[in-house]
Amino acid sequence: MEKRVVFRSAWLPYALVAPQIAITVVFFFWPAIQAVWFSFQLQDAFGLKTQFVGLQNFTNLFRDSNYLASFRVTAVFSVLVAFSGLAISLLLATMADRVLRGALAYKTLLIWPYAVAPAVAGVLWAFLFAPSIGIVTYVLKGFGVDWNWIINDNQALALVVIASVWKQISYNFLFFLAGLQSIPRSLIEAAAIDGAGPTRRFWTIVFPLLSPTTFFLLVVNVVYAFFETFGVIDATTQGGPGQATQILVYKVYHDGVKAADLGSSSAQSVILMFIVIALTVVQFRFIERKVQY
Amino acid sequence: MVENRPGLTILSHAVLILGVLLIAFPLYVTFVASTHTLETVMQVPMPLLPGDQLVQNYSQVLGAGTTTGSKAAVGSMLVNSTVMALGIPLGKIAISIISAFAIVYFRFRFRMFFFWMIFITLMLPVEVRIIPTFKVIADLGMLNSYAGLTVPLIASATATFLFRQFFMTVPDELAEAARVDGAGPMRFFWDVLIPLSKTTMAALFVIQFIYGWNQYLWPLLITTDESMYTTVIGIKRMIVGGDAANEWNLIMATAILAMLPPALVVVLMQRWFVKGLVETEK
Repeated sequence: MEKRVVFRSAWLPYALVAPQIAITVVFFFWPAIQAVWFSFQLQDAFGLKTQFVGLQNFTNLFRDSNYLASFRVTAVFSVLVAFSGLAISLLLATMADRVLRGALAYKTLLIWPYAVAPAVAGVLWAFLFAPSIGIVTYVLKGFGVDWNWIINDNQALALVVIASVWKQISYNFLFFLAGLQSIPRSLIEAAAIDGAGPTRRFWTIVFPLLSPTTFFLLVVNVVYAFFETFGVIDATTQGGPGQATQILVYKVYHDGVKAADLGSSSAQSVILMFIVIALTVVQFRFIERKVQY
Repeated sequence: MVENRPGLTILSHAVLILGVLLIAFPLYVTFVASTHTLETVMQVPMPLLPGDQLVQNYSQVLGAGTTTGSKAAVGSMLVNSTVMALGIPLGKIAISIISAFAIVYFRFRFRMFFFWMIFITLMLPVEVRIIPTFKVIADLGMLNSYAGLTVPLIASATATFLFRQFFMTVPDELAEAARVDGAGPMRFFWDVLIPLSKTTMAALFVIQFIYGWNQYLWPLLITTDESMYTTVIGIKRMIVGGDAANEWNLIMATAILAMLPPALVVVLMQRWFVKGLVETEK
């Protein structure tokens, strides 16, 4: 789609795009190219000499059991965050779509966690689950559950999943609610006249019609779990105990900033770039069909 | 409402109330903890009703920070967060609207090339280029500065797309009329496009305000000086060790302060917020 009416100027359009392009080049492209370049190099322990090593950083990574473990953690973490987040939000949105009274009040009360920074969400839940003083830990102890996420792998993972899902529910809720409200009432009424109950109507009409929204949210939530949960993890478990919650992004940060292993961290960055590209392509191929540019 | 099923309506309300309670519970406990002395918060279990230390705790963190963890005052962190939360949306809107204007209303060499360059930034989040970006900032001497905190984050593919989408819907007749009347492109931009774009700008501003306020990885990387910490980073720095070593009452007071501005924006500007959220994702 193009405009028929355009303006003419030899220099103005370049001046207008210049600020955006300058920032893009300096802070996006140049660092990304450097990441690729560093990923082919090996630095000695003192950072004095660098040597071109080709794909060695990558082959080392895929032989490194820590890295493969991090992949596994990321996969489990994203699946848990995406599925529990979507299931809870869909349930709440379906209910909110049904009620007439108080709909706006519920909506207002459900959307504000969107405003909470992931790191702050992590701190809140870490406090609730704090091993010695946390109020939830206390209640769990009453049920005979000994909760200590500082030493228990699964409990640490549960903590970061809960904090991440809690923060993301409002986002998913808003999109599901918008999706539900755009389903034509006549379809649901027709089914009701034919004698289909609410459950049957939900699974045979509402859920299939909602699938574009669900798929879109699935991609968004996976991206969220991959990247934006960095704050949750850094503010709570810092990848531990051991490496139980060390997702890929956290490992890039840990290896690059804390362990100062430039080559390996850059190689991991490059792998992550491919993952983002794949996710973006999936997202846009889907959106192309819905929105016309 | 398709049919009247009182049972199901009651169930719906029950589920929603349960959801609201689950969502609100952490906030409530945080608020309660921020109104007690440290000794009271450390009790197991801690009380679930607000205490009387509210003024005490909040003035302590605003003016002086914690005593065991970071000693930076939260007051100055709030200023830093505000700079980020205002600088990023304003910068983003400014550079995106002019680049979208160029791409839609002009034909020039490399137009599509520039368009794709902006598009590709979607695929390069900070998280995948941590170290080299840090190096660039260090080389430019932008560590611990407001410019370093905001400028690298204002490039935006989504904002550019959003304005591009919107400009496409502006009738051609308007540009034609402006041209016939002898208005140049910039005149058309200021007097026609900017006023028409107000709702899009407002929606984008709300979303980007929250984005800027909640930044974590970026300020974590480039601020080493306590006076440049944002509130979100400040909270992290206040946590120094195990449960007992932290001044939880003060940390929770800071958490409330960190949540309040974006939460108010979401609740008070709900209409813009929802519009912005839905449109930036298209």
